[in-house]
Amino acid sequence: MKRISQSFAVLSDRVFGALAGDEVGLLSVEAETSDFVRLSRGRVRQAGSVEQAYLGIELARGQRHAAATVALSGDVEIDARRAIEVLDELRPLLAELPEDPYFCYDSSDAREEACDDAPGLAAREQALAAIFDAAGDHDLVGIYAAGPVFRGFASSRGRFLASEQHSFNFDFSLHENGARAVKGSYAGYRFEADELARRVADAASKLALLSRPAREVAPGGYRVYLAPAATAELLQMLSWGGFGLKSWRTKQTPLLRLVEGQRELDARVTLHEGRSGGSDGAKAHLQFDNFGFRKPEHLTLVSAGKIGEPLVSARSAAEFDATPTGCGTGESPSALSLEGGELAIADAGAAVGDGLYVGNLWYLNYSDRSACRITGMTRFATFWVEGGEPVAPVTAMRFDESIYDALGPKLVALTRERELLLDADTYGQRSTASICVPGLVVDDFTLTL
Amino acid sequence: MPASLAQRFKDALPAGADYCSLRFVSSRDERLSVRQGIVQPAWRHEDAGAMAFVVDGAGAGYAATSDLSLGGLSRAFADAARWARLARERSLVDHAAIHWPAPRGDYRSPVERRWQDLSLADKLALLGEVAEPLHPDERIVDWEASLWWSRVEVCYLTSHGAEATQHIETIVPNLSAVAHEGGETQIRSFGGGAICRQGGLEVLDAVGYREAAPRVAEEALALLAAPNCPEMQCDLLVAPDQMVLQIHESIGHPLELDRVLGDERNYAGTTFVTPEMFGSYRYGSELLDVTFDPTLPGEMASYGFDDEGAAAERCYVIRRGVLERGLGSVISQQRLGLPGVACARATSWARPPIDRIGNLNIEPGDASLDEMIASVQRGLFVRTNCSWSIDDSRNKFQFGCEWARLIEDGELGALVKNPSYRGVSATFWRNLARVGDRSTYEVLGSPYCGKGEPNQVIRVGHASPACLFRDVAVFGGMD
Repeated sequence: MKRISQSFAVLSDRVFGALAGDEVGLLSVEAETSDFVRLSRGRVRQAGSVEQAYLGIELARGQRHAAATVALSGDVEIDARRAIEVLDELRPLLAELPEDPYFCYDSSDAREEACDDAPGLAAREQALAAIFDAAGDHDLVGIYAAGPVFRGFASSRGRFLASEQHSFNFDFSLHENGARAVKGSYAGYRFEADELARRVADAASKLALLSRPAREVAPGGYRVYLAPAATAELLQMLSWGGFGLKSWRTKQTPLLRLVEGQRELDARVTLHEGRSGGSDGAKAHLQFDNFGFRKPEHLTLVSAGKIGEPLVSARSAAEFDATPTGCGTGESPSALSLEGGELAIADAGAAVGDGLYVGNLWYLNYSDRSACRITGMTRFATFWVEGGEPVAPVTAMRFDESIYDALGPKLVALTRERELLLDADTYGQRSTASICVPGLVVDDFTLTL
Repeated sequence: MPASLAQRFKDALPAGADYCSLRFVSSRDERLSVRQGIVQPAWRHEDAGAMAFVVDGAGAGYAATSDLSLGGLSRAFADAARWARLARERSLVDHAAIHWPAPRGDYRSPVERRWQDLSLADKLALLGEVAEPLHPDERIVDWEASLWWSRVEVCYLTSHGAEATQHIETIVPNLSAVAHEGGETQIRSFGGGAICRQGGLEVLDAVGYREAAPRVAEEALALLAAPNCPEMQCDLLVAPDQMVLQIHESIGHPLELDRVLGDERNYAGTTFVTPEMFGSYRYGSELLDVTFDPTLPGEMASYGFDDEGAAAERCYVIRRGVLERGLGSVISQQRLGLPGVACARATSWARPPIDRIGNLNIEPGDASLDEMIASVQRGLFVRTNCSWSIDDSRNKFQFGCEWARLIEDGELGALVKNPSYRGVSATFWRNLARVGDRSTYEVLGSPYCGKGEPNQVIRVGHASPACLFRDVAVFGGMD
């Protein structure tokens, strides 16, 4: 940690030393070293490592500003020379660009660092051995990703933020007879082979049920239990444009009727955005945007069924005269948590009675944004429940349901226990987002195809 | 390619490896936009790095780095070799048996007017002019015009003497108008992001970018007053900017051979297509001709070679409705013993190649748009995708569009909002009743196709005429 953070500090000093007159410089770094092992049929499909680091450079003079991102080589001298060249390229652009009324950044000189002093990752050989031991003869498919992730911000005004996490994420599924599967994951900061084996064994224990003949379910309304992973999919869909101030003010949020007070959700629905997903035990790390704004300790996005506070990017803060919440320009939550309810997870089957246990949802999208209606598919371990007991797997079904209904009058119960899920996304870089959610029992959940 | 890269590659090769390759990728992206008359932050991203790939017996490994010095490449090859050794006893693929292509040559996107030939100030002025008609009255609550330009240079070197270079330039113009009144919001865009091409600034004229804004705004406002699309079983006429998604999700992904092989089962999914279907399975009606064509000039995913060196060629994937071949790279072809295409592609130097869709096109037929409309008694004409969802075996789909008009007794009827339709891939294409002619044909695509573990987003091309389907379930929003 100290080495990367110190390199970033040295690089920042070199770059800021090249600023002229009243210029302001903002630097941000996103860097990671990752091991990726892709598995299929319990064997290695692709394995390798990636070292990547990108430096964002923003040059400002008053409200005029220009930005570029470049790849870093890891050699501070080479990288500093390149960054100063970029400054020289951006400088003449300031004359071509108009003043930007919505440009703002944290102009303080506060410095904060969060250091993962005792990384608990396994060597790649040990991690792979643990996976193969746990997988046995199972048809295991998935990916193991591990390594440090660094984020940094520095301004020529003296603001300095640095955060490094060492994390792993083993995202897998076990398949039976080719067509049906159960999903599992083991993610965190301290790798333990025994815990990995327990997770794989837990998933494997569901395979016997999956091997039974599949039950065809006709379109219609069913009482369903949405396991935490399925609940997470619904909320992540809402996170796409639902909670950002820009989407509120430009009337594009799918939660517009909630925002404008025309609809409410069930009073048991309270959603938070926090630094680490609530009381999840995740290692403390700093979260901040590329303009030096820290994410607040806690925001309540939905409070007892009513709309709460929005997520506000630096730009929206200036445009709509609000306080920035340290989120990116997409204004999406990165540590969402839904408060739990009263139902013991062990009683979820009984609460369903006859209906469906949905392990995961998949490929969600809005089918009617104004009504906050979402469509998507069931996937992985989804079972027909009879008399409170899962009795047979069901074929993948399409649902189409309004959130105002599913989290409104159709909401029967939320489970007391919640599950912390660390995001396995690796688009461009390894995600550091998380979500902490209970399971839900929903009545008359609409299946269409 | 940096002049000394080939020499550094030779000097960095590890001793004793059975096969090695180096894929060097540098890129530059720029995004400009004007929103509500205000220039948004100009975004520029430069990237450069290389992926070292090593085969050791059955095993293979990769290591990607942005340290392009001899030391950096040597460390990457050593790390890749370590991965290859680690994988050789548990490798799914027998990499020793793969017949690695040995390409030599160069590919360049066709560019007539270079992006750099217009100054930043002039490009912003263009966007300002284009965006202005997006806001005819106060019911338009948000509006924006944007351009995304990208240049990617790839150099592919192998230990058996291959050397191929590619220079790809793309441009993605967009417009959007958000209309709102009485609690109702409707969004109209310039093709929903599907209007994207290889080329330079000449693409803007080719796709009518400068003239489109008044229509975009007018249609957004008209949708505010339109009724919801009715729920009915009817004929469906699909414009090319919705055909893009229909082709992509229910032909492209199901035919990827790595899905057939099961590699994507944990993330992107599997497919209803099985190996024995190739050569005989009736995928669609006799009117359905689908080509994989990385040679079409200007289409988004044209190239000379894939990222494992296979030479790009145009192939029929579906001919007269019958499935002929899948979208699988050299490795997938050898694993399955089936023909495929040159489609091993990686999103950047930091990700390994996997089977991708590329340019997947529907060949034009013989019907004009008017003829197709005239042939419909009761139907719906849809444009511009705005919602997409399909199951993990790529069968049960549901798509939403920005715009639609009813078709009644052979004529276009009322505008309707929130149009959606759903179906099943395995039967939907068999109901293809008419295929539009060249006058309805558009070369489109998407910069955003997501897949793979680790995840990769990549550009794809889909050229298509308008197409008419019988007996489709359509519906609208909730009143």
